[in-house]
Amino acid sequence: MQRIGVFVCWCGSNIAGTVDVQAVSEALKTEPGVVFFTNYQYMCSQAGQDIIIDAVKEHNLTGIVVCSCSPRMHEATFRKTAAAAGLNPYMVEIANIREQCSWVHKDMASGTEKAIILGKAAIAKVNLNAPLTPGESPVTKRALVIGGGIAGIQTALDIADAGFPVDIVETKPTIGGKMAQLDKTFPTLDCAACILTPKMVDVAQNDKIRIFSYSEVQEIKGFVGNFDVTIKKKARFVKEEICTGCGACVEKCPMKKIPNEFNLGMDNRRAIYIPFAQAVPKVATIDPSACNMLKNGKCGVCSKVCTAGAIDYTQKDEFINEKYGAIVVATGFNPISMDKFDEYAYNQSKDVITSLEFERLTNAAGPTQGKLLRPSDLEHPHTIVFVQCVGSRCAACAEKGKEYCSKICCMYTAKHAMLVRDKYPDTEVYVFYIDVRTPGKNFDEFYRRAVEEYGVKYIKGMVGKVTPEGNKLKVRASDLIAGKQLNIDADLVVLAVAIEPDKSARPLATMLTASMDTNDFFTEAHPKLRPVESPTAGVFLSGACQGPKDIPETVSQASAAASKVIGLLVKDKLKGNPCIASANELMCNGCSTCANVCPYGAITYIDKEFPMFDRTMQTRRVAQVNPAVCQGCGACTVACMSGAMDLRGFASSQIIAEVDAICR
Amino acid sequence: MQKVNRDVLLEKAAAMLDAGEVQAVLGWGAGEFAYDVTPRVFETSDELRADFVWNDFCGANLSKYLVSKTKKLEGKLLVFLKPCDTYSFNQLLTEHRFEREKVYAVAVPCEGMADVQKLKALAGDGISSIESTDSGFSVTTIYDDAPVEVKGADVLLEKCANCKSRKHVAYDELLGDEGEVLDSNRFDEVERIEAMTSEERFAFWQGELSRCIRCNACRDVCPACTCEKCVFDNPNSGAENKAPTTSFEEQMFHVIRAFHVAGRCTDCGECSRVCPQNIPLHLLNRKFIKDINTFYGEYQAGAEEGSRAPLVDYTLEDLEAEDVFKKEAE
Repeated sequence: MQRIGVFVCWCGSNIAGTVDVQAVSEALKTEPGVVFFTNYQYMCSQAGQDIIIDAVKEHNLTGIVVCSCSPRMHEATFRKTAAAAGLNPYMVEIANIREQCSWVHKDMASGTEKAIILGKAAIAKVNLNAPLTPGESPVTKRALVIGGGIAGIQTALDIADAGFPVDIVETKPTIGGKMAQLDKTFPTLDCAACILTPKMVDVAQNDKIRIFSYSEVQEIKGFVGNFDVTIKKKARFVKEEICTGCGACVEKCPMKKIPNEFNLGMDNRRAIYIPFAQAVPKVATIDPSACNMLKNGKCGVCSKVCTAGAIDYTQKDEFINEKYGAIVVATGFNPISMDKFDEYAYNQSKDVITSLEFERLTNAAGPTQGKLLRPSDLEHPHTIVFVQCVGSRCAACAEKGKEYCSKICCMYTAKHAMLVRDKYPDTEVYVFYIDVRTPGKNFDEFYRRAVEEYGVKYIKGMVGKVTPEGNKLKVRASDLIAGKQLNIDADLVVLAVAIEPDKSARPLATMLTASMDTNDFFTEAHPKLRPVESPTAGVFLSGACQGPKDIPETVSQASAAASKVIGLLVKDKLKGNPCIASANELMCNGCSTCANVCPYGAITYIDKEFPMFDRTMQTRRVAQVNPAVCQGCGACTVACMSGAMDLRGFASSQIIAEVDAICR
Repeated sequence: MQKVNRDVLLEKAAAMLDAGEVQAVLGWGAGEFAYDVTPRVFETSDELRADFVWNDFCGANLSKYLVSKTKKLEGKLLVFLKPCDTYSFNQLLTEHRFEREKVYAVAVPCEGMADVQKLKALAGDGISSIESTDSGFSVTTIYDDAPVEVKGADVLLEKCANCKSRKHVAYDELLGDEGEVLDSNRFDEVERIEAMTSEERFAFWQGELSRCIRCNACRDVCPACTCEKCVFDNPNSGAENKAPTTSFEEQMFHVIRAFHVAGRCTDCGECSRVCPQNIPLHLLNRKFIKDINTFYGEYQAGAEEGSRAPLVDYTLEDLEAEDVFKKEAE
């Protein structure tokens, strides 16, 4: 029989405001095993913890029930308290009477009733608890960064700077991401390439960093400190280590009409291509869907002109297996599709463009060499309408847009408007907005400059319809402040399109068993206090995969993620979780169901001899759990039909005892 | 009337026994009455010739007995398997429940087996003899010298009336011709129950399950129920219960059992065949099979040795929990 102490926390008024803590401790004192009970204002404070330590010593407690906040908050705290009092830390159970009770109940009576029930369940469980000791597992001192945009680049550089090897996996033929496509960056207006490309070069030259470009993560197994990752290096049909990036092949390639994805399809590239001049690695890639040689064996020009002999039409996808201690997700964002927004005529007119397309149109390396020309007739536009919040903050139209604010659009639209007025003062620039949101260092000053110094016409109101008519775009909009309808004949309409997580994020989250929100942004371990960690141990978040972010924010989060990774990789061993599965061999059928459902590959089978009732020996196939690999997810315990598989610390009998206590 | 007759099976088994190629034969043996054919292990050809039976009452699925019987033998065990039995055979192999090399599987085509209850309903109690005729049976009872003629089609076991396959999915040797996987109407009854309101459905199952006398025949015969220690016999499982003194049978026992065999049940229909209370237990299992087909794509347990049942497999295309109800509503 356990000797259990019950400690009810008030959490100031957080719990005591809706739960009669005195009544709870009184009600629980008669539960089986309870020999001590008390309540206190802040159980997690030093004074509160001392009450627990003293009680353990004075009453020879063998188990502790703390009725307080969520175990996610303070389970670790009270386990340390138990250890300090000489108890096994796993003899502590938390009854969550705050998040699951006082915060969700309005009146004292129902809050108190539920708190008592939760306390009874925790007591029932602790009666069946047994001391547990965690094992240790080694840490592989290498990190994987998934995504080679500015977030991934910064994280990789910082980790490598601390002396740990890092691999970057990037699906595109080059690293650089969205930032490489931008022209200028707010609020300082320095050129994106000028500040990004030195970092890309740093990455290429850093001997701790390997770049797997044109590659994808195929499979992830393992757990914190010991991830086992398969990377698929797609065949680029060019030998990466030989290619010098001279571009002779690109020049001679006869397939000239392939839409150039780097310029968002606004000009063409060849079947063999290097995305942009500063690409890293500066290596050509053959697009197998466009190359004549790969499609029907007729051509071969690039291999003839390549003096290095780097072209290899027979190249196959390559699979690389590597172990990592930590994984950083930096999969970034994309503008949403405009297919459902017919009102802006994006699909009808070439002169309705997205802001990212606008970046390419004003970029010196873009399709117009930086001259702002309309895509339809390459004429200089004289009236430009910018529309903000296209698909953002759109709660009413959630099926086509996003409910959230995309955060970066106000600032880049101000930047675009200002740059246009600066270079082409004869251009009239309108910006339609719902609100202008400029919280950030020097952000509001920047926006004010666009309005006050550059004469950008900011109009509060939304654009209702854009109709192409002749070579003009008829823009119908409302001016909410003047209270009137506006009709503007525009030459160019630029849509500040909402951003969404990259499509690769969802399957990646599944592979990582990392959680996501409904918008497919990765969830943090704690939204305020652990913003760069995923709830899955060893998985970290960098950049816009966690939520919309501008470049300064992305870079600071990227460095924060790197510091968390470094903190993990400097450890030689990690203390494991002792709450792992184990099989009762006498009941195990050897059916392999548990091994089939185990996401970590922790279960193997052996043939073992068992004495039978008739004094003979019988060999049976039974399951064995590798304690270093098991993560205690419990999938095997529910899949096992004989109940042979059980989870230490969360045994079926303990769960049933809790349910019984609740239903009693 | 079975197409392959008893002598073909008998001679095959006897020859292999006599030649020492197999150590024993798992087949069907004569019982007290013409209709109560029971599974039996034969160790000599004389025993076989005396008691081996192959007729329209060999509904019993022999595959489950391989688990315990192969352990007791040094040599090979010959087993006769009807098409539906081969699915259980594969499923047991998938779960490593016996060693394949210790078994010589002889596949026998099946024309459907007779349901004794239905036969009694038509011919009356006290059956003294049953003669097979071209169209069915000629049945004599102790109360009447004049035989009653019964059509074979009228007395088929439920599992045979809704036969899912006449194809053998595993064997070492096939006697007779290979059949085909059939389009059956086996989910019609499940759909009828699905269409009920929840109150009606609860009343339906309460009516059925409250008749349970907890004889455990369904569990004991089920080829998916081969646990070393059954949860219902295990005092530590929290689900142990041995006599129908509470509402456990009505509310829990059969539901727990259906969950335990979900994704593994090959729909061999043995549970309903042996139930002395005529509870349509196969409907619980078929509901699971139907749901698995709907939510994860067509899957037949035992069709392939080593196949991963959707419930213990994982693909990126798997349905999310919230989509299940949407799909169910369609």
